[in-house]
Amino acid sequence: MSEASVVKLDRKKLDEILETFHYSKSYLIAMLQKIQEIYKYLPEEAMTYIGEKIDGLSPATVYGVATFYAQFSLEPKGKYEIKVCDGTACHVRGSMPVLNAIKSKLKLQEGKFTTENGLFSLETVSCLGACGLAPVVMINEKVYPQMTSDAISIVIDTLMKEEV
Amino acid sequence: MTDIKTLFVDGKEVEFTDEPNLLEVIKKAGITIPTFCYRPDLTTFGACRMCVVEIDGRGIQSSCTMPPEAGLKIHTNTQRVRRIRKTVLELLLANHDRNCLTCDKSGNCELQKYSEEYGITKIRYKNKEELLPVDESSPSIVRDSNKCILCGACVRACAEYQHSVLGFANRGSKTLVQPMKGKPLADVECVNCGQCAAVCPTGALTIKSDIERVYDVVLNPEYKTVLQIAPSVRVALGEVFGLDAGENSIKKIYAAARKIGFDLVFDTNFSADLTIMEEANEFVERLTKGENLPIFTSCCPAWVKYLEMTHPDMLNHLSSAKSPQGMLSPVIKEFAPKYYEGFTKENIKVISIMPCTAKKYEITREQLKGETDFVLTTSEFAKMIKSSGIDFSVLKEEEANSPFGGYTGGGTIFGASGGVAEAAVRTAYNMVTGEDLKDVNITPLRGVDASSRSKEAVIDIKGTKVKIRVVSTLIEAEKAVREVKEGKADFQMLEVMACPGGCINGGGQPISCYDSKIKEERAQGLYKEDEELPIRLCHKNPDIIRIYKDHLEKPGSHLAHKLLHTTYSSKKKSL
Repeated sequence: MSEASVVKLDRKKLDEILETFHYSKSYLIAMLQKIQEIYKYLPEEAMTYIGEKIDGLSPATVYGVATFYAQFSLEPKGKYEIKVCDGTACHVRGSMPVLNAIKSKLKLQEGKFTTENGLFSLETVSCLGACGLAPVVMINEKVYPQMTSDAISIVIDTLMKEEV
Repeated sequence: MTDIKTLFVDGKEVEFTDEPNLLEVIKKAGITIPTFCYRPDLTTFGACRMCVVEIDGRGIQSSCTMPPEAGLKIHTNTQRVRRIRKTVLELLLANHDRNCLTCDKSGNCELQKYSEEYGITKIRYKNKEELLPVDESSPSIVRDSNKCILCGACVRACAEYQHSVLGFANRGSKTLVQPMKGKPLADVECVNCGQCAAVCPTGALTIKSDIERVYDVVLNPEYKTVLQIAPSVRVALGEVFGLDAGENSIKKIYAAARKIGFDLVFDTNFSADLTIMEEANEFVERLTKGENLPIFTSCCPAWVKYLEMTHPDMLNHLSSAKSPQGMLSPVIKEFAPKYYEGFTKENIKVISIMPCTAKKYEITREQLKGETDFVLTTSEFAKMIKSSGIDFSVLKEEEANSPFGGYTGGGTIFGASGGVAEAAVRTAYNMVTGEDLKDVNITPLRGVDASSRSKEAVIDIKGTKVKIRVVSTLIEAEKAVREVKEGKADFQMLEVMACPGGCINGGGQPISCYDSKIKEERAQGLYKEDEELPIRLCHKNPDIIRIYKDHLEKPGSHLAHKLLHTTYSSKKKSL
């Protein structure tokens, strides 16, 4: 077993999920959603398991579906899930500088979306439905309106202090 | 009777019946439509858009996905069609690593071919800059994403024939074809069959070349190089030199091999006969004892690897007989020094020419290491003939060396799905009854088209009815194995070949994915040789009788077990 796997896979749990969906490949997306609900991301072992267990699927095809949809995450999400809205309104009002500010604040390497300590994870979403407040950032369930690079830095600083 | 309807291709009336799509109807009219993703043996995908045609009242349509309709007026070469195809090519080339000169696929590449045909000299789009690493982890296949055009032919071949390991990943401009999570091929459950490379239109999936390593030993006087040539090579290699598919050129292949510099040329057909002696003997033994039935054939390394990976609990069913390649190499190293001066176990290098990329994997198996030194595919050997400056067309026919060169019809049909079982039954019948079958043709086990991937025959061995199941593709093999596991199997022998139609359609054969008929013609070539050979029963091969008399004693003897049999082990990954 690789040390990298953050969560320990509960095979019985996985089988239960597969059972609910009658081991049918038509329900692949629903299965992945269920697994993500439990683990907060899609562990590689879970994808491999589904790919091997269900007729007509393979680990490669499951991985293909998981990487096709933005809703699925292949990395464990952080304690604080930061969602930067990059819908049209937020984009023109400057969501990208906000995103870049978060990236450098969290010292995220290119291609990484969760901090080493597992506290923060970062993703962009297409629209949070709060265009009047653009640009918008959501951290867990809380909405932060009209963000700027400076403002988001202060927000993150505050959260970091709470954790020390 | 099927209705005959007509449509119009470039103004000419063309008849059609049950053609699945316009592309096939247009082909009948003598017009070749360019395509990357259409492969008649795979599901239609419509990804590459090269096959577009213009239809009156319907506009632009992809001919591979559109079913024929009576009365359609199709134009295959309008300005609009040409413009679209050229744009497709430009876009593909912009995203392509264009180092054609050093690409293994150069000269054989469909992207290169169409770019030349359509006169693409300038590309209006910016070229992709970043190159992804090339995966050379597999002993059989090289995967280079930088040359992939995302036609999905390999993904379909892998999923529709085998134990799918390739898939699309990501989305949009980031899309890639790769094993799960981009892992190296050697780290996933790839069976090395090479069908992905056989359908790839570009250099994205190619066969790992061993040509230079082979030249290094052939042209080095310190080594004695001995060649063995698999059954199905003889009916396919000639295609590269303009012969028809199915035309048997084995005697020219022997000659070419000697011209290149191989010291001895033997024939894997001989050891196919030998395989039958051992396997039929094992089969009869198991039948008598009622043990480990059904027996599974073990010639196909992709199948053996598959069973080890997915059903290690079924390995007791596999025949312990090595494949013909696996048998001949140790026989050569053990006995050739007794017949040929200057040959020692140590200085012999055995090279085999196989239709198969999985054979390159087979020789790396722990149990078989050091026996066969190199494997070249049919295509690689054709390249070697060209590279040695040999004019294949004027070669004079030669014979194989003795004593491991003589073969029977039973050995030659190994190359087509059903051939191993047919040859085994012919000999098993004799082992049980002491007589030979009146009619040695077991036609229900023949056929290599898509509808023949699972077939059966019942043979009456003096009152005992024996049922044989023959499958090709691992999809069909999996179904048969499940029947056995569930206790529903009523057959006593299962022959499995991983490639659809068997070795004649192996991953190492000259490219034939654009025409389903080619593999049928190759198979016909083998059955024709079987008919024409004076001896068609493996146990009647005088060289086989002699090797048992002089060296091996009898099938299943102690020495036979040491040289000709092998073991298997679980390769199942624990999750």
